[in-house]
Amino acid sequence: MIDTIPLPFTADPIDAPFWEATLRSQLVVQQCAGCQAHRFPPRPMCPQCQSLDHRWRPLSGDATVWSYTKPQPPLLPAFELLLPYVVVLAQVAEDPHIRIIGHLMSKDGGITGVDEAGLKIGAKLRVAFRQHASDVSIPGWVLVD
Amino acid sequence: MFKDQTAIVGIGQTSFAKSLPGSELELACQAIQLALDDAGLKPSDVDALGSFTMEHTPEFEVARNVGLGELHYFCQSPWGGGAGCGAVGQVAVALAAGVANVGVVWRSRKRGARSTRVWAGVQERITDHWKWSRPSGLVRPADECAMFTQRYMHEYGVTREQLAHVALAQREYAHKNPLAFMQSRSLTHQQYMDARMIADPLCLFDNCLETDGAIALVMVRADRAKDLRQRPAFIHAFSQGLNRQHQVNTDWHGENPLRSSSCVTAANLWRQADCGPNDVDVAQFYDAFSPLVWFSLEAYGFCEPGTAAQFVAEGGTRLGGRLPVNTSGGSLSEVYLHGLNLIVEAVRQVRGTSTAQVPDVDYSLVTACDSTPNGALLLRRK
Ligand SMILES: [Zn+2]
Repeated sequence: MIDTIPLPFTADPIDAPFWEATLRSQLVVQQCAGCQAHRFPPRPMCPQCQSLDHRWRPLSGDATVWSYTKPQPPLLPAFELLLPYVVVLAQVAEDPHIRIIGHLMSKDGGITGVDEAGLKIGAKLRVAFRQHASDVSIPGWVLVD
Repeated sequence: MFKDQTAIVGIGQTSFAKSLPGSELELACQAIQLALDDAGLKPSDVDALGSFTMEHTPEFEVARNVGLGELHYFCQSPWGGGAGCGAVGQVAVALAAGVANVGVVWRSRKRGARSTRVWAGVQERITDHWKWSRPSGLVRPADECAMFTQRYMHEYGVTREQLAHVALAQREYAHKNPLAFMQSRSLTHQQYMDARMIADPLCLFDNCLETDGAIALVMVRADRAKDLRQRPAFIHAFSQGLNRQHQVNTDWHGENPLRSSSCVTAANLWRQADCGPNDVDVAQFYDAFSPLVWFSLEAYGFCEPGTAAQFVAEGGTRLGGRLPVNTSGGSLSEVYLHGLNLIVEAVRQVRGTSTAQVPDVDYSLVTACDSTPNGALLLRRK
């Protein structure tokens, strides 16, 4: 079992621009050049119109809680060290079909023991980023009052 | 046509335990030999094999150990808990088409040890679709199932008190099954409510067992089935299912994440069948996590959306209920073998040999994992 937090491989050309954007604290999704449909996670072809062309659309970072859970042991060692933590599935404001996983984060960027007051399905969120490696910054979600 | 052209005619299983001696290959060979004996067929009769992409014992090892005949067809079905009905169905399609004559499907696992759990093997860098969730601490299938369950409970206003009844009903079935891992271990509602959480709202008892064991099934065409040792369980209908935009275990990118691939499987199963959900006498729903029983009851048309929790809590899945479910104890209380135990139990219900036998079974349904690409088999006594 690995001792570190498992991180995404960021050099896949299909999703590298997503990870590059997170390093600039920006959340982006693909938008089809043919039919304008959003897609996430990134993929080569648009399932609506089969176009291979797309652009990267920046999102506002506003979202709501679609669901959440609090994993408990047994976990990977690196995550046991972070307990207690909450994982949120956030539905982004621009498109209800785009849902993105992330840690619940405090306003100062923490993920352990975050104040859960106000955590419920439908609660408002704002994206935040936590850097794990020179090439990896992972989006997380902060509860908005 | 495929309908009723093939049958499951042999079942075999090793004992189930936290730790069994022998390798997975050895256990696989034992289970296959038992299944062939049960059917009254010889190893040399077998010319088709079906297994799981996650199976560690390759076809050639099985063939040269058990002494199978020359093989004409071998296939693998993907995604662990989603694979079992697919493996059986694919072999059945090949038999019905005349590509091969006698098929065996098996699954062998030594999973009792924590280090053998699939999620524990995650690497430092993730290249597949799990790169979008595992780095955020959502690593295990239980965590992923919890996301759907939390949302489901919110949308329909159901509770852990109700969820408890999935595990409790299956434990009662396990008490009747001498081969079940949890046969002699009692479980009360209070114990359930007090149990430690794994990923809320899922507690320990909502999770499948971690066990060692192997299971095998033997299949032939219907004309030959009639001359064999056991009452055949005819395969009346089969489908696999994969919904649009599906993402394995983390299928929350589609329009309605609570509409799983099971809905696809179910629609195509009922399209082929001479009956509908009302005619099914007994069902085995894949249950790595107890809410999957709720989701499957609804997807296969036994309950309206949002009503499965109440159906289970009121005894609908117990003996004497409208639809007895997971009557061997299932993955929660019998054994966890990626659902092949559920197919064996569906066969026993057709034969009339279950330890929790439902009277006069004509149609016996068995399904694979709701949260992955999956499949289902509708068996029939005929
Ligand atoms: Zn398009």
